Amino acid sequence: MYRALAEAIRDAEQRGHTLARVALELEADDQGRTVADIRSALGRALAIMKGAIGDGMKGDLMSSSGLVGGDAAKLRTGPAGPLAGTPFRDILARALAVQEVNAAMGVIVAAPTAGGAGVLPAVLTGLASARRIPDEKVIDGLAAAGLIGAVIAERASLSGAEGGCQAETGAAAGMAAGAATEMLGGTPSQVGHAVALTMQGMLGLVCDPLGGLVELPCVFRNATGSAIALAGIEMALAGITFAIPVDEVIDVMGEIGREMDVRYRETAGGGLAATPTGRRLAKERLYQIKRS
Amino acid sequence: MVSLLDIIGPVMVGPSSSHTAGACRLGLLARGLVSGTPHAALMELHGSFARTGEGHGTDKALVAGLLGFRPDDERIRNALQIAEQEGLDYRFEKTTLSDSAHPNTVRMTLEQGGIKAMMVGSSLGAGRVLVTEIDGYPVEVTGNFHTIALVAEDRKGSIARITGILAEHDINIATLRLTRKQRGGDAFMVIECDDSPGEAVRDEIRVLDWVRWARRLDRVSGG
Repeated sequence: MYRALAEAIRDAEQRGHTLARVALELEADDQGRTVADIRSALGRALAIMKGAIGDGMKGDLMSSSGLVGGDAAKLRTGPAGPLAGTPFRDILARALAVQEVNAAMGVIVAAPTAGGAGVLPAVLTGLASARRIPDEKVIDGLAAAGLIGAVIAERASLSGAEGGCQAETGAAAGMAAGAATEMLGGTPSQVGHAVALTMQGMLGLVCDPLGGLVELPCVFRNATGSAIALAGIEMALAGITFAIPVDEVIDVMGEIGREMDVRYRETAGGGLAATPTGRRLAKERLYQIKRS
Repeated sequence: MVSLLDIIGPVMVGPSSSHTAGACRLGLLARGLVSGTPHAALMELHGSFARTGEGHGTDKALVAGLLGFRPDDERIRNALQIAEQEGLDYRFEKTTLSDSAHPNTVRMTLEQGGIKAMMVGSSLGAGRVLVTEIDGYPVEVTGNFHTIALVAEDRKGSIARITGILAEHDINIATLRLTRKQRGGDAFMVIECDDSPGEAVRDEIRVLDWVRWARRLDRVSGG
């Protein structure tokens, strides 16, 4: 796969192809498989993503600690806010749903990671549903997202333990923003700006789960990460550009991650995990898990 | 090289790709070293694996891998109980490996019948893993290929003989790495293959009288 998004964008523009097509053809080459074979693997991933959204929306799942669960359903059936009835609210619900399934040890697609698994399905399927976009286009979106994620993995990191939450939900938001921008008709260059505009808004975000559980705030970070991805998509499609090239934004995410104190890298030693309430809840809930 | 399907995947039981899916894959690779479910396993957890592993189900996932469950297997949730039923005596300890060790690293010491094996592996994020040490020999095994690991006497023609066996079975080699501790000492060979070598190939290598042991580590990732 590519080491720089700029190279992929250049290749796509020169050939007059989408980034999804460029990604699928290169992956087929790299792996000695056919494009159809890779598309069908992505199709299976999409089916699992939709399944997780469906399961989480029901609202009857609880994590093993009991810290999270049931909130996706509240966005579906709870009182209206200013964004009721919009794709925005639906996408927040979808993101929570996938993460609630994940926290309950249900089956999800780690895209790119389990902790950030809600963002990409929420943004892609939520926008596809709102705009009546067929599954084949969503599968293209997953391919473009995979390309963006691969570049982030090469240049920075996709691990909260290495780079904080910016490397998990931040990367996921960048992938979702780029993929959705292309799915909605954006050019390869607009995809690059969507990724940059989104990831700049996630820089520095720490990984601070209570008790080290992928529950709180992880579930909600997937919803807010999706919101930032939507901001990136909206700005990029409006023709807004970001002056720092996307690969440099990715590099700086990696650099910030490496400099980040270990307390903020999935160790439950800092951030929300280390607040008085965070510590108390973690102690109570971990005790509950051990007894169960 | 990162594969697109590594990023959009794996399909897995939550909650953490590095602590659950990656841990499960490390367990699966280690299982290959003893050719099946071990009867005893000591797992020494380093860094974030030690600090937050319990809440992420790292313990369940490592044991699930040793039992042969893949990351999308819902039995992972009950792996600890299943291990007890299947006679796998597991033990966890917290440790500090070297400062340069990846934050999600485990050292596994396994026993099965008369076989004893030690493996150090890390979970790199997004479910990707890297085995860095087998029985004291430095290695780089990603689990993206079918891998054969073997220890043999350091003698002329050994590579030719082994690659010959693979060629006879129509198996293409992706990477081959040979290391030894000293001249004339034992040589350690790690061969990553595009095609699965199967038990027959491993056994054909294993019966060579200058091969001390040979193990097969099945592909655990890469679509």
